[in-house]
Amino acid sequence: MSVPSTNPSEPGGASRRVDKHVVARVADVPDGGRVIVEVGGRSIGIFNVGGEFFGLLNRCPHKGAQMCKGNIVGRLSSSAPGEYDYDPSSKLIMCPWHGWEFDIRSGQSYFDPRGTRLRAYNVQVEGGDVVAGEIESGSTALTPAQYAAANPSALLHENGLAPGPYQAETIPITVEDEYLVVNLRPARPARRPRAEAVS
Amino acid sequence: MTTALLENTSRDAVWDGAVIDVDVHANVPSLQALYPYMDQLWIDWCEERGWKGPSGAAAHYPPKSNRACRPEWRPAEEAAASRVELLREHVLDPWKPDYAVLNCYYGIDSLRHPDWASALARAVNDWVRSEWLDRDPRLVASLVVPARDPVAMVEEIRRVGSHPQFVQVLLPARNDQLWGQRVFHPVFAAMVEHDLVAGLHYGGTTEGAPSTTGYGSWFVEEYAAEWQAFAPQVTSIISEGVLQLHPELRVSVLEGGFLWVPSWGWRMNKEWKGLRREVPWLDRAPLDLIREHFRFSVAPTDAGPPELLAKAVEWLRSDDILMFATDYPHMHDDDITALLAAVPESMRPKLMAETARDWYRL
Repeated sequence: MSVPSTNPSEPGGASRRVDKHVVARVADVPDGGRVIVEVGGRSIGIFNVGGEFFGLLNRCPHKGAQMCKGNIVGRLSSSAPGEYDYDPSSKLIMCPWHGWEFDIRSGQSYFDPRGTRLRAYNVQVEGGDVVAGEIESGSTALTPAQYAAANPSALLHENGLAPGPYQAETIPITVEDEYLVVNLRPARPARRPRAEAVS
Repeated sequence: MTTALLENTSRDAVWDGAVIDVDVHANVPSLQALYPYMDQLWIDWCEERGWKGPSGAAAHYPPKSNRACRPEWRPAEEAAASRVELLREHVLDPWKPDYAVLNCYYGIDSLRHPDWASALARAVNDWVRSEWLDRDPRLVASLVVPARDPVAMVEEIRRVGSHPQFVQVLLPARNDQLWGQRVFHPVFAAMVEHDLVAGLHYGGTTEGAPSTTGYGSWFVEEYAAEWQAFAPQVTSIISEGVLQLHPELRVSVLEGGFLWVPSWGWRMNKEWKGLRREVPWLDRAPLDLIREHFRFSVAPTDAGPPELLAKAVEWLRSDDILMFATDYPHMHDDDITALLAAVPESMRPKLMAETARDWYRL
């Protein structure tokens, strides 16, 4: 199918804010892999951990390094010298500057899980038919790069910029594929139901 | 002013509350003084060879240096700090401490003969027990160990560590291996088993040089820079996970200074955040472990100008970390009144006695 010619999140599109953005094809991010995308004005890393997808802000809360470019490592803890409690299925990202580790699932830092965290984003897998419908209705947007790639003449007309550098991120939506859709609304920690909390 | 001597002032003018002195020394006056505490085999061993005693102590404390003994405390006819009467006259009577922690650094670590080192450690501990601890109930002491042999260290801790007046094991700051390493973990286990503090203390005679870059040319280099032997020991004990293995372990840093600790700790805290995977047992920031598991004697105090001293003490971020010591008979020219003036009022009774009382369970 063809990509819609307007993008609600971009200048020239509809005015209402869209939180959901298509960022990649599922097949483009294999297990253990990652992509870093520009969406909604920020840089976000999308990680595949054992078939589950997680999004993290690509900015270390410490000194602002591009966090998501760091090494992906398994969780390593210990109860005593020489004892290694290693869980290679639980992944952390290490900041390329100072080595701080953050849990890819939650964005929590290893050494200070309460006080130091990386902003986490919800990433969903959606079928091409659903994505196409959502883009059509305006509830989901393409990333600026995708939009630019899909609408070179429109963007050129808007601000005189050529979309060339973004071509690689083009995602032609097809109904057969599955897509990763990131939600920019802050992921909130799960709360117990109010009734249960009161009791 | 030098307040350790209480010259031109009174004890109550310096501090009218309780006092515990965590570092006073007993010096073995001569090898013959230990003969009553040795098997005949070792007495004859010494006599056959004309052996006069280990070289380590004199290397660290040149006998006639003021640093080894303050002139006012030097007896005319005998070795300094070599009898309990001298300690009473110079420290226990004027300072009126509730307790004093006696440390005998005799340089047993300078012996390479494993059996002789163990025998000499036994002799020193029995001499300390009979001639000091039995003679003054205000005294508690460190026991000494043959530091080159971890198995023998454990044996000696088991032999005398249950005596109620042995409260600590003296670990020389300089050693052939870093104290935190695995080979010494059973030694720390034995300390914890006997509820003894690990007393990291000035001294130690190693195969290696006192600095990481060889020997200095002068005594002042070795003496003033001894903290560079303490810092890697503290780093080792922290990094090797000894405190995770033994959460009850207490470590006293004696005669090692303490103002190097904040800058050391800031660096350690910073690096731990990024390098902790290498030492995954290190599950807390190093400075937090210092505040919980370490205490520091205040002699010597590397004080600097008074207004800056207050700031530097504040960097420790703990009221509980410092313990008063005269370091008798060594001469440091420390001014304890200046240190007391620099610490918060709430910290003063802790510094002078209460921290040590809790720490050594006195």
